[in-house]
Amino acid sequence: MREIVLIGINHKTAPVELRECIAFSEDEAVTATAALRGRPHIHESLLYSTCNRVELLLVTDDKPAAVADAKAFIADFNKIPVAQFESALYIHANDDAVRHLFRVAASLDSMIVGEPQILGQIKEAYRRAAEAKTAGVILNRLLHRAFFIAKRIRTETGIGDRAVSISYAAVELTRKIFGSLDGKRVLLIGAGEMAELAVEHLLRHPVAETFVANRTFETGLALARRFNGQAIRFEEIPEHIKRVDIIISSTGAPGFVITREDVKSIIRARRNRPIFFIDIAVPRDIDPEINRLDNAYVYDIDDLKGAIEENIEDRQKEAIKGERIVDEATVRFREWHDSLDVVPTIVGLRKKLETIAEAEIKRTVHGNGMSPEDAQALTRMMAAFINKMLHDPTVFLKREGMHGDKALYIDTVRKLFKLDE
Amino acid sequence: MDASALVISIVLYMLSAAGYLAYLLLQKNALQRAGFFLLLAGWVCHTVSILLEVARQGHIPVSNLHETLSFAGWAIAGVFIVLHYRYGLKILGVVAAPFVALIMVIVSLLPDEPAQTTAIFKSFWLVSHVTVIFIGEAAFALACGAGILYLTQENAIKTKRRRFFFKRLPSLDLLDSTGYACIVVGFTMLTLGLITGLVFAKSVWGRFWSWDPKEVWSGISWLFYAALLHERLTVGWRGRRSAIMAIVGFGVLVFTFLGVNFLMEGHHAVFTK
Repeated sequence: MREIVLIGINHKTAPVELRECIAFSEDEAVTATAALRGRPHIHESLLYSTCNRVELLLVTDDKPAAVADAKAFIADFNKIPVAQFESALYIHANDDAVRHLFRVAASLDSMIVGEPQILGQIKEAYRRAAEAKTAGVILNRLLHRAFFIAKRIRTETGIGDRAVSISYAAVELTRKIFGSLDGKRVLLIGAGEMAELAVEHLLRHPVAETFVANRTFETGLALARRFNGQAIRFEEIPEHIKRVDIIISSTGAPGFVITREDVKSIIRARRNRPIFFIDIAVPRDIDPEINRLDNAYVYDIDDLKGAIEENIEDRQKEAIKGERIVDEATVRFREWHDSLDVVPTIVGLRKKLETIAEAEIKRTVHGNGMSPEDAQALTRMMAAFINKMLHDPTVFLKREGMHGDKALYIDTVRKLFKLDE
Repeated sequence: MDASALVISIVLYMLSAAGYLAYLLLQKNALQRAGFFLLLAGWVCHTVSILLEVARQGHIPVSNLHETLSFAGWAIAGVFIVLHYRYGLKILGVVAAPFVALIMVIVSLLPDEPAQTTAIFKSFWLVSHVTVIFIGEAAFALACGAGILYLTQENAIKTKRRRFFFKRLPSLDLLDSTGYACIVVGFTMLTLGLITGLVFAKSVWGRFWSWDPKEVWSGISWLFYAALLHERLTVGWRGRRSAIMAIVGFGVLVFTFLGVNFLMEGHHAVFTK
């Protein structure tokens, strides 16, 4: 009986310094996946590596040998001694390994529960494994189940509902103020990386216009081009506050870039339309006093973080529902995995044939008005037929040292005769 | 007969209010739907009860406080139902349903003394005057409700403390424009109501305006809302200030409706005591 084994480290068991040493880059993962194919005790394998975890999923006949093999592989590949990372490793087998994979894929095990990237990363790893032909019957089924479960948990629970990144929190708040983002004008002050990250989601929604103001006009111009926006000079900011609805500021300026007086003086010109300031700069760019003005709202980086924390708590509550779905799926998967054994398959095959024979005999006896003696003879004939019929497949499946992947043949038989229904 | 229809409608309104409040706390969409359908059922019963009263008395039943308040409650529920279908603004039910339920509970506590039937109740001008005024007042009541929700949500955003209602309430923009729409409807109706009232006064007492306290206070309410709309249209008054004004305006209106009757005399007094 083949076992499913999972070996890995993650953010809970290893500090970032160690995870860095073991992490596989995209290219390395391809080479590693190919290298794993040759190992004698490892029949199927899948490797995924993200910034928070490195995990190796194996199907093996000999668990201790495979585990030792895998450790040696990780050590060789990353050129660090086994002793250095061994204590941070966790090893799960069968049900535990299956549950672990389901939880990871559904993002229940993530640092930020419900974050959507992990599923894509596992899908990518599976694609690599499929290309390198290291995924066989068991991993194919397991991964497809994992993707299905992850999707189900996402739709049936609220783990992915609430904003947990600064960028999403900003979008959520903007919606609470303006309703829809259609036709809103956005002004970015400062063209740093933070600004890009923060507005990423905001700008994915169709807004009417985007303006970028930067001290160095050229940098602003480059960013504006990326967002299909328009670059303006720093001096033009006061003029533009009259027109825009959302302002995102992230400059390195030591003092306030926009003061209370700046905003107060243009309220009338804006006809009291609401204006929302998102200040992600430290030290702050936007005078917090502006928040006291009517129809003006200011959120700084800490306010946004506060909003996220509440949402994270909510997600954790939803995750409990996800755990239940995972438990259920783990049991279901075990049932399938157990059926991949030779004996239950032969028993199932026999039962199927006998059921068909019984029904057909009954019909024939009934339809032709046969005597009980004739009927008995017919039954005996059928029993003998089934035995002869099953002889070769049974010998084939039970034969020691069957070539290739045993699970594959059993799975084919089960599919051919629809034994899983 | 008609009393039982009224009692059923009051029970339904109360259940509806309970449903909406439970929705606010638990955020199960089914509760909100249940609340709305209970309100709808209550309103249908209420309509039946009013129609029966019309059949019995032979005129629109607004001859004492019991009847006028009941009519006001009916108008608020009706306007809310229209708004619900037009704009799908579900959350307003959280304010509207308890408010209607409260009015109707007060109605049930007030004595329903038969008033002297006079010919003036059969006048076309009176019927239109009363109906239009009540629809207008209902719209103002909902504007006040939208204003309360606006202030609640605005406070949550400004103070950066999200409470349990943060997710439930719609955007500030939607609350603000709903309040505005309610005020526009209310103001139009109030204007029509005042005009029909003037015409009716002319036909009964021979003059348009007699400095009756109710007339004076209706005039004040009208001016108040006119000022609010004017500010909105000229300098774009909106948001917080507009919400507060909608609430204050409704206070003035309630005083016009009830306060004037109890504190001052006048020819409207007979209908509302």
